[in-house]
Amino acid sequence: MHKITLDISTSPHLVKGLSTDTIMKHVVYALLPAAAFGVYAFGLNALLVMMATSVGAVLTEHLLCKYSKKESTIGDYSALLTGLLLGMTLPPNFPLWMALFGSVVSIGLGKFIFGGLGNNVFNPALVGRAFLQATFPVAITTWYNAFAPDRFYNVSSSVLAFPFMQPKVDAISGATPLSALKFDGVMTTANDLAFGFINGSTGETSALFIVIGGIYLGWKKMLNWRIPISILLTAFLLSGIMYLIDPTKYPTPFFTLFAGGLMLGAVFMATDMVGSPITSMGLWVYGILIGTLVVIIRLWGGLPEGVMYAILLGNAATPHIDNLIKQRVYGTSKKIAS
Amino acid sequence: MSTIPQNKSDKGFFSSLANHPNTDEFTRGLWRDNPVFVQVLGMCPSLAVSNSAINALAMGLATAFVLLMSNILVSLLKDFIPKQVRIASYILIIATFVTIIDYVIQAVSIDLHKNLGAFISLIVVNCLILSRAEAFASKNNVSKSILDGLGMGLGFTFALLCIGSLREIFGSGSLFGYEFMPSNFEKWVIMVLPAGGFFSLAFLLLIFNYFKLKKEGL
Amino acid sequence: MSHSQNIEINTASSDKKMLIAMGGIGIICAILIVLTYETTAPMIEKNKAEALERAIFKVLPDITKTQAYQLNPDNTFTKSTSNDSKLPKVYGGYDDAGKLKGIAIQANGKGYGEVLNILYGYDPMQQKIIGFNVLESKETPGIGDKIEKGTFPDNFKAMDVSLSDDGSTLRNEIITVKQGEKTQKWEIDGITGATVTSRAVGNILNVSAKQWLPKVYKNVNSFTVKTAEQ
Repeated sequence: MHKITLDISTSPHLVKGLSTDTIMKHVVYALLPAAAFGVYAFGLNALLVMMATSVGAVLTEHLLCKYSKKESTIGDYSALLTGLLLGMTLPPNFPLWMALFGSVVSIGLGKFIFGGLGNNVFNPALVGRAFLQATFPVAITTWYNAFAPDRFYNVSSSVLAFPFMQPKVDAISGATPLSALKFDGVMTTANDLAFGFINGSTGETSALFIVIGGIYLGWKKMLNWRIPISILLTAFLLSGIMYLIDPTKYPTPFFTLFAGGLMLGAVFMATDMVGSPITSMGLWVYGILIGTLVVIIRLWGGLPEGVMYAILLGNAATPHIDNLIKQRVYGTSKKIAS
Repeated sequence: MSTIPQNKSDKGFFSSLANHPNTDEFTRGLWRDNPVFVQVLGMCPSLAVSNSAINALAMGLATAFVLLMSNILVSLLKDFIPKQVRIASYILIIATFVTIIDYVIQAVSIDLHKNLGAFISLIVVNCLILSRAEAFASKNNVSKSILDGLGMGLGFTFALLCIGSLREIFGSGSLFGYEFMPSNFEKWVIMVLPAGGFFSLAFLLLIFNYFKLKKEGL
Repeated sequence: MSHSQNIEINTASSDKKMLIAMGGIGIICAILIVLTYETTAPMIEKNKAEALERAIFKVLPDITKTQAYQLNPDNTFTKSTSNDSKLPKVYGGYDDAGKLKGIAIQANGKGYGEVLNILYGYDPMQQKIIGFNVLESKETPGIGDKIEKGTFPDNFKAMDVSLSDDGSTLRNEIITVKQGEKTQKWEIDGITGATVTSRAVGNILNVSAKQWLPKVYKNVNSFTVKTAEQ
């Protein structure tokens, strides 16, 4: 983008920056490997759930724009991204009607009610997921085993549950590495975790593909590397300390990194530009806060997983972080009075 | 002490009621100035104990009772209470009736008392009651204050009942404990959690304002 | 209005008026409260006793009469006479013939969210827990309240809580196992989807049983003899 030749022109002197839809488009691309692995691991069920949330999110955005007499914003890929992210954080056997419901909440309550893209306080996909977690706590913690032999031609009856009716659990439900640890003290090996041979939400199981997506975005400068690095580093160090204190009670730091939604959250959710602070210093504070919360919730909380709540709390703290860490105005010695 | 206006007309009670200047004191609390949907007062109990229709009804009626009685007493004593200590006096009066209703509910049903819990005592700090005492009862005669207390109290009960019914239907698949949904209805757990109170209230406010704006032709 | 000028003139007479007003209102209020209390107190007392009685009847099958006992500081049990006694209490349940059928014990501890308060029935003759009832629970509706429904209470119909040989603690710790994996009579079959709450019940029972059962078992005569005297 930098030109060596000297251009002489009148102001404004602007370089064409990255537009919203380009960034969103690339984030969707970066998510695809992990999503594809999810489909490979969990089969048709996972594909249907992700399609339901994506279509639901785009449709909701379109209808809400139409109803409020605004220009439709579905062309900027942000609704598609929200829908896809939501689908990836759900269990692969999640009932479709609940998934659709969640995507409506994501866009409607998570984004539109604040005034659309750029004004939302929280990551919309996580708002949808938090709502589903509180509304249907049983369905969202029912996990089917990955790599079932009939996964490519058999759709589970729980996925096709009739709207507003309870899903029937028809397969053996398996434990995720986190719930296995929390409730039964069973540790999953680091290899299985890194490559994704485990149970869990559709998009969170393969740490490898998520990291590849993250590196792609970092290379394209569409992702601020400070956020994932600070979150993962904090979580690693804190759980490392706890592991050193009592290895029989606490998981290894590698387990903390690769189990559950930490990777997906750190790379794709906490990095949402709208919900994260602007200054570099602020980003570090934000990342450390989320990393600490994840470890605290996982080790001492009632739930096995805490990434979702940690990021939502991080989002909530963002305006305050920005307020506290303000850029010094050039030429003055004091911070801008607030 | 102020004089209570006598009802002069002996014939046609209802027809005179509709045209009576005091009728408005009663009806506005029900709808036009509804304490919850329009004035947005007394949010703590409306959100906290409205997780089932029966709890909401009991809370609404308890508040209505306290509101009515405190309106009467404040109105009766309005010339006796010095201005400097009026708030303290109102609180004292309100707290008395809250204590009374607390005993009464315990005498009626221990289970109901357990469900409503600390929120009965918290009626004391319900800003609706204090605001009616300060804004209305201390400036009007007893009969008007009675009508105002009844109207506002029933309006509050109505609003709580709306929230409570909505939450119970979706959160428990029942209404007043009667389960009418199909047995495999998936309950929306969030609706009986505190968060569901906020969602229900927001939803009802949305509907209320939608109709209000429509009526005004906007 | 008469009070409009009180703001400007803050003389001794207005101070006096304020005192009289507050005192007067206080007296009216006090009278109202006392009157209500006097009328409702017996009803409240009856309601409370009935609620506890109902719970005791649930955890001790086939009883027709209950009696409260207090644990004295010297680890003996005597019939509890006053309701205000701060000493911890247990409740004996008797059949028509006055025979001791079991003892109801209250226990509480941390559930998923807030405190979980339960009552269980102990049969000292068979050394078994024979009943279980949730007194107070703020567990998540739809998940945590499963401990009151379905097959979970069946865990406590004949649960082995025999004491160790020296009688100081339980022979086997009460634990909650995964759903469907109960093999021993002192294990609790957990609930999938309500893991935290069902485990909390196990922990609460274990702690309470260790604390109470040795004392109750050692003093079992103080429950039977006292009723025989009646």
